[in-house]
Amino acid sequence: VISVAAPNDFEAWRVIARSLLARGLPPAGIVWEPAAQRALWENWQVEEPSPEEPADSPANVANVRIPPRFLELARLVAAHLAPERWAVLYRVLWRLSHGERHLLQLASDVDTHALEMWEKAVRRELHKMTAFVRFRAIRDEGAGGREHFIAWYEPVHDVVALGAPFFVRRFTSMQWSILSPRRCVHWDGATLRESPGVSRDQAPNDDALEALWRTYYASIFNPARLKIDAMLREMPRRYWKNLPETDLIEQLITDASSRTETMIEASREKQRPLL
Amino acid sequence: VHVQLNMSVRVDVSRKLAILADAAKYDASCASSGARSKAAGRDGLGSTTPAGICHSYTPDGRCVSLLKILLTNFCVYECIYCINRRSSNVPRARFTVDEVVDLTLGFYRRNYIEGLFLSSGIIQSPDYTMEQVVAVARKLRAEHRFAGYIHLKTIPEASPELLAEAGRYADRLSINIELPTVADLGQLAPQKDWTNIDRMMGRIAHNIDAARTAEVSSPASERAVRSFAGFAPKPIRPPRARPQPPPFAPAGQSTQMIVGATPTADAAILRTADTLYRRHSLRRVYYSAFSPIPDASPRLALQAPPLVREHRLYQADWLLRFYGFSVDEIVPTAAANLDLSLNPKLAWALRNRHAFPVDLNRAERAQLLRVPGLGVRNVDRLLEIRRWARIRLVDLTRLKVNLKDALPFVIVADHTPHRLGLDSDSLRARLAKPAEQLELFNTPSPHGATL
Repeated sequence: VISVAAPNDFEAWRVIARSLLARGLPPAGIVWEPAAQRALWENWQVEEPSPEEPADSPANVANVRIPPRFLELARLVAAHLAPERWAVLYRVLWRLSHGERHLLQLASDVDTHALEMWEKAVRRELHKMTAFVRFRAIRDEGAGGREHFIAWYEPVHDVVALGAPFFVRRFTSMQWSILSPRRCVHWDGATLRESPGVSRDQAPNDDALEALWRTYYASIFNPARLKIDAMLREMPRRYWKNLPETDLIEQLITDASSRTETMIEASREKQRPLL
Repeated sequence: VHVQLNMSVRVDVSRKLAILADAAKYDASCASSGARSKAAGRDGLGSTTPAGICHSYTPDGRCVSLLKILLTNFCVYECIYCINRRSSNVPRARFTVDEVVDLTLGFYRRNYIEGLFLSSGIIQSPDYTMEQVVAVARKLRAEHRFAGYIHLKTIPEASPELLAEAGRYADRLSINIELPTVADLGQLAPQKDWTNIDRMMGRIAHNIDAARTAEVSSPASERAVRSFAGFAPKPIRPPRARPQPPPFAPAGQSTQMIVGATPTADAAILRTADTLYRRHSLRRVYYSAFSPIPDASPRLALQAPPLVREHRLYQADWLLRFYGFSVDEIVPTAAANLDLSLNPKLAWALRNRHAFPVDLNRAERAQLLRVPGLGVRNVDRLLEIRRWARIRLVDLTRLKVNLKDALPFVIVADHTPHRLGLDSDSLRARLAKPAEQLELFNTPSPHGATL
């Protein structure tokens, strides 16, 4: 059994996987060892990809032809939290290059299914990031008092870097940062920069427009058609703590039935004959 | 340049926002914010994506994607079902053009919204009102180079010139048909005219089609930036020799029908929807279960229709558009209303048991689409898997097919339904939802009714 230190991201996994594949090492003989557990397995044979064997050398990659869909899938799956993702990715890579080129078309194969489930979870988390990031504006004292938009965001999977291009495209002309515990991204109007994670207190606590946003949220709600499950399905509670509108929800639900009753009662009064 | 609102102005804006969002919330014709991919780049603000984004959800289960407001809720019309009708005793307000522009940009920069859905009560005249609505869109697009999503409500009697300008700025236009039949409209919205609405929808459809045709005939390399050229004075790429055709509502047109305010049956509702899809190529018809409103007209029913009816209509709508069903198949003469306790595809299958069981390893796509429990996506996946292997029960489980609905109707490599089961009268009872669950039944968002 060969033990490999689990990589930090897709690019690192790609380098290792190419090297393992080029050396013809089958997935059954490889243990992808989470960094935290390393000390426990000190007596195992630990192999790193050797630096004098560049993974991109033509000798290594020449005869491995992989469907482009696999790279797309792997890039997303790499951001998932499941520790076994690296092993499954390598197993699928192996199977794709050993006679099962159509493997990814078999949506019900155990490995393909696992990758697709992880991909789906990461895509959903990415989509939720585009939806639930909330910027707060501060005035930068330098740079001519330009507004700097800062968000605090806590995704379950490691999607902050994957999600950054969406914000670059949408808010190209703004200066913004998305801060999170695992990593942060910053855009100054020209360059996207990544930095290590920070704590919550690095982000601003309020924004001048949040009161108006909350007014809008409360006013657009229709108390006569309460469907709490539908809301929770798309906006689970774990997102609530960083959304400025969600602390209104409890009161809106509590008051809903009496507001509806009042409306119906008022109509009933009107329909009653005067005498 | 964004102007900071001072404190007293902001209080005023807040009060107006509360009134004019409350006044807009019964219009469900804007659930989507998906549009062709475009972005403003360095000179402006914003982008659109094909899927659209819901930035929040309210406890009514509805997606909050756009700043959905009326420019004003003053209105000269007396539509019985409408919270804003002339005789309604609700507080009134009117935004200025700049207030709406500032709110939209301020919310957008903070990533609260995808853009603006702007509608208005009719004040003075249709053209006067339409001009005000267009002025907001013009300012956002031309002055602020805003490339986020804009949906404008169109007034049926507005002039062709204003319509053309609205279409140039808007991603989507909509006119509400409001009620499913001419008679219903005459009864509840006496100042609205079915013929005018239909004519305006036809004009919008024509303009959308003309803009699309002009675009297809222009070279592919120019197409990428074309949709932006209509409102960005400065070209993003080097100037082109040929002038670009102006865009027109590239995300299409939609409409809303209020359900349950009149006794009209689902068959008539779906027939009207089907006609609109065919005649005017509508992107979406939204069904809005009539909901109690403050200061309702005494001529209106007290009891709102069950929300599950709205849900069944959306499911039927999906069958019309993506599953190859006709209106007559979904609501046959013998059953003019949808069965609330069964999804309409399952109801059709139970009425047409002779068409089953279907062998998932052999049947054509059109047949697979009619199998209860199978959605479009899973049908396509099964067709793909079938090229390489025989489909078995475990495949259906992994694809999360609703086995309870599907199994009585399908054959796979390791499953054949009991002939007895398919013939038995108890099958319907086994598949229907118990009546007491119906009220609690939660509707998925109109984006994705699953069947």
